[in-house]
Amino acid sequence: MILVINICNERLHYLEFVKPICDILDNNNQKYFVKSYDEVSKTTLDKCNKVIICGTSLFDNEFTKYLDKFNWILNFNKPILGICGGMQIIGLVFGGKIRKMTEIGFYSEYFDRDFLGLSEKCEVYHLHNNYVDFSKLAFNIFCGNEFRTSHSDLGYLGKKISKSKCSQAVKHKEKEIYCVLFHPEVRQKELFLNFLSK
Amino acid sequence: MKLGVLFSGGKDSAYAAWLAKKEGYKIGCLITIVSENKESYMFHTPFIDKVALQAKEMEIPLIIVKTKGEKEHELVDLEKAIKLAIKKYKINGVVTGAIESVYQATRVQKICNQLKIECFNPLWQKNALEHWNDLIKNKFKVILVSVAADGLDTKWIGKEIDSKGLDELTKLSNKYKFHLAFEGGEAETFVVNSPMFNKEVKI
Repeated sequence: MILVINICNERLHYLEFVKPICDILDNNNQKYFVKSYDEVSKTTLDKCNKVIICGTSLFDNEFTKYLDKFNWILNFNKPILGICGGMQIIGLVFGGKIRKMTEIGFYSEYFDRDFLGLSEKCEVYHLHNNYVDFSKLAFNIFCGNEFRTSHSDLGYLGKKISKSKCSQAVKHKEKEIYCVLFHPEVRQKELFLNFLSK
Repeated sequence: MKLGVLFSGGKDSAYAAWLAKKEGYKIGCLITIVSENKESYMFHTPFIDKVALQAKEMEIPLIIVKTKGEKEHELVDLEKAIKLAIKKYKINGVVTGAIESVYQATRVQKICNQLKIECFNPLWQKNALEHWNDLIKNKFKVILVSVAADGLDTKWIGKEIDSKGLDELTKLSNKYKFHLAFEGGEAETFVVNSPMFNKEVKI
């Protein structure tokens, strides 16, 4: 059972940021239930075996006022996928800081190794005014943070340059916590299936 | 929150407006861009002159802005229209009927972001068949007003898409591989009646 967490402050945004993910789960016969972030309890977390934290709109930062509602992430040992705002929440809970960077639309990003089925060059859909820098957190960066600089010793991989200064795709060094700043529900639907196989 | 709806008179913007109203938002105005360019990537609406009739039946003010429809410059005209809606009707957000078009959605998102207002795309990534079924279930009377795809001949013009019409359309979509929601411009639609209308629009 997958727990899908809605962080949208505006009701109408549910259809834009949560429903498309529910549709992907439905189309792949996955069982799930949706909860608003302020409804997540121990019972809710016990009931699920994976969590997806969805994104929200460009101006919706309401969730940053209620980060205490996400402290459970620190001690949670089941797989989590954070998308855009969901990624920012995970970064903040692990001690990261919000930074400003607006990216809207399709961007080519480079993945220096496989990340939930994405590798090399991929065109992804961005919709964010903020991001969290994961470079100093306990996460491995698979895309973003101009990885050529940090991975210049990786031979041919080091020749590929991520255009983005943001952390775009990261995984916790020890836990099954995956985060993407882009919106895979738009063009990378297979990413969800690869996450669900974890 | 008070919203302006980017309104073409077709099924997607009309349904998006209804969803916003159903969710409790106040619709401050409809915003219609009339493009002189029939090939416009952003605005292609053959029945655009009939939008005023729909607005009247919905009892919602209508802002109409004309554009020459030159690529990207038409966005300046769209921004002008949204600025006018903010000034005149105090809207805090814009609703669009975008389903798949990243081109359209991205450009509206950027304008709204610059103007610091919310952008809502309640049909985003929605399955085309589910969308048609929702339109029919919720009593939207939708007709086709232009066709431009193999498998869709002129007999479809003026035809209402009811359950029977949808079955036929779905078969043709599967056979001729066109997008069932017409995201590739395969056809244009016009809403002659909806739960937001006082009565049917006669055209």
